[in-house]
Amino acid sequence: MPLRRKTAGAQRLKQAARSLGGFVVVTALTFIGLMAITFFIGRVIPIDPVLAVVGDRATQEQYDAARVAMGLDRPLVLQFVSYVGDVFQGNLGHSVSTNRPVAQDLARVFPATLEMATLGILIGVGLGVPCGTWAAARQGTWVDQLIRVFALLGYSVPAFWLGLVGLVVFYANLGWVAGPGRVDIFYEGLVEPRTGLMLVDAALASDWEVFWNALDHLILPAAILGFFSLAYIARMTRSFMLDTLGQEFITTARVKGVSEWRVIWVHGFRPIRVPLITVIGLSYAALLEGSVMIETVFSWPGIGNYLTVALLNADMNAVLGATLVIGAVFILINKLSDVLYRVLDPRSR
Amino acid sequence: MSPLLDVRNLRVSFPTPQGRAEVVKGLSFTLGRERLGIVGESGSGKSMTGRAILRLIRTPGRQEADRLAFDGIDLTTLSERRMRDLRGARISMIMQDPKFSLNPVMTVGAQIAEALLTHETLARRDVQARVIEMLHAVRINDPERVTGLYPHEVSGGMGQRIMIAMMLIPQPDLLIADEPTSALDVSVQAQVLDLIDELVRDKGMGLILISHDLQLVARYCDRILVMHAGQVVESCAAADLHKARHPYTRGLLAAVPRMEETRDELPVLDRSAWSGT
Repeated sequence: MPLRRKTAGAQRLKQAARSLGGFVVVTALTFIGLMAITFFIGRVIPIDPVLAVVGDRATQEQYDAARVAMGLDRPLVLQFVSYVGDVFQGNLGHSVSTNRPVAQDLARVFPATLEMATLGILIGVGLGVPCGTWAAARQGTWVDQLIRVFALLGYSVPAFWLGLVGLVVFYANLGWVAGPGRVDIFYEGLVEPRTGLMLVDAALASDWEVFWNALDHLILPAAILGFFSLAYIARMTRSFMLDTLGQEFITTARVKGVSEWRVIWVHGFRPIRVPLITVIGLSYAALLEGSVMIETVFSWPGIGNYLTVALLNADMNAVLGATLVIGAVFILINKLSDVLYRVLDPRSR
Repeated sequence: MSPLLDVRNLRVSFPTPQGRAEVVKGLSFTLGRERLGIVGESGSGKSMTGRAILRLIRTPGRQEADRLAFDGIDLTTLSERRMRDLRGARISMIMQDPKFSLNPVMTVGAQIAEALLTHETLARRDVQARVIEMLHAVRINDPERVTGLYPHEVSGGMGQRIMIAMMLIPQPDLLIADEPTSALDVSVQAQVLDLIDELVRDKGMGLILISHDLQLVARYCDRILVMHAGQVVESCAAADLHKARHPYTRGLLAAVPRMEETRDELPVLDRSAWSGT
């Protein structure tokens, strides 16, 4: 018996190693596909990268020399290979509008969005999942109606309006939260940006004054983003839950005399974790793209803002760099969901 | 001595756009520690009767009865909390299809242990021992391994034996078996029914076997209720089934093929022979 168990363990380890290997290969291939797409976009976009460098008063000879220097006369395959090489070395080119390397810009703007989106999705999941479950358990009652109306609001109210009204009410009138920006002006630059996440940096530096101020600034935009994802998550949770609560195994649990709380949260909730992960992953990815509206209203230096400014200035390197980062985030979140499926659903192992 | 179960004028109804539709229309019977079969075609209200005994008709469905008493306890006025104490512990139900009636994301062992732990406080080691013992009782080989499996990893017959183990582990007094073999292969049907029969007899429990199969019910039960359109049309001892008087029962019996068949065509139920539908 112990011998058999050992071989079973070894087998499981081997299986895990094999699936990890497959996972790495698939992820790498997806990344290369993503880079092929951004590369392709860079070629078809009607902006001449050479012109952007030499200016429109350059002679034909200067133009040609610059074109050769940039390697644009080489075959496309070689250009792609050197592009991939550059990306892996963290070289995303130079931004025309900020006059800095794109990689540096992204390292500054992406954490700002990441911080807001993460807090937003935590609020969305933390409230949306219980609300949706509660609504399903009390289907047809006033609780259900109230939650559904609340969720419908999240679908129909425009983000910028909610942002402005939020600022007027909670910042200007009530003074409960701080205004636009990531921290108050006299706290700026006080902590060393190690991760770019203001809360984490302040905590690492043990500068709690900055920490609370940053949280004060963050909470309103994050809550508004959270409200939008809450609306979606609560609706989806409710519908998954209604479906599951109608299943036979729920009746089985009730026959056993299991308490209603356990019927809902153990027997009902466990099976819906897998579809919920898809919903949550997609919501999170959508938040990580950066909400241009919210970032504009709250003067938030995030990736949504950066990408919009870059697009308006025809700043190709910045656009491609930001697209690459957003694409990479999508891939990572999807892969993470896949891993979680396997952990949570015995049928997919 | 009061009977184990006393049902008088049980009614179950569901709302429809045309008003409430009664699916069980005034059912009455009493049950001792015996085996009662409820037979009927689909939609006759037999499954709803089983669920109504456990008070598991969900809203918007509604159940009413002049009397619904289990072991002298009036179930109609019992609080939901006290009702939960009875469910599983004293009245239990075997569901139809293990493919749907076992939780897909919990191990078999955890689901059986839950049935026990809902009603008793036991040390982890004792729980495991009881689960293993129960799986032995339902003739599952290598129960230690089976406790770690998920429902999709076991066959239908094994799934139903796990269901039986789960429902019998708190040692109830009354077992309702709602079409326990309808989802199984013919070859394992008899095994599962023999197993239920043996366990019920050993423990001196009451059994309500709900089925659409007259022959099967006649073989495993002492007494038979034939239901049609929410009402009992025939009530007799299993041995006297051939003496049934109601045209519906007679029609059903006539439609069963015999081993040495002499008829060229089996008769079809003539629904005009009795009043009602």
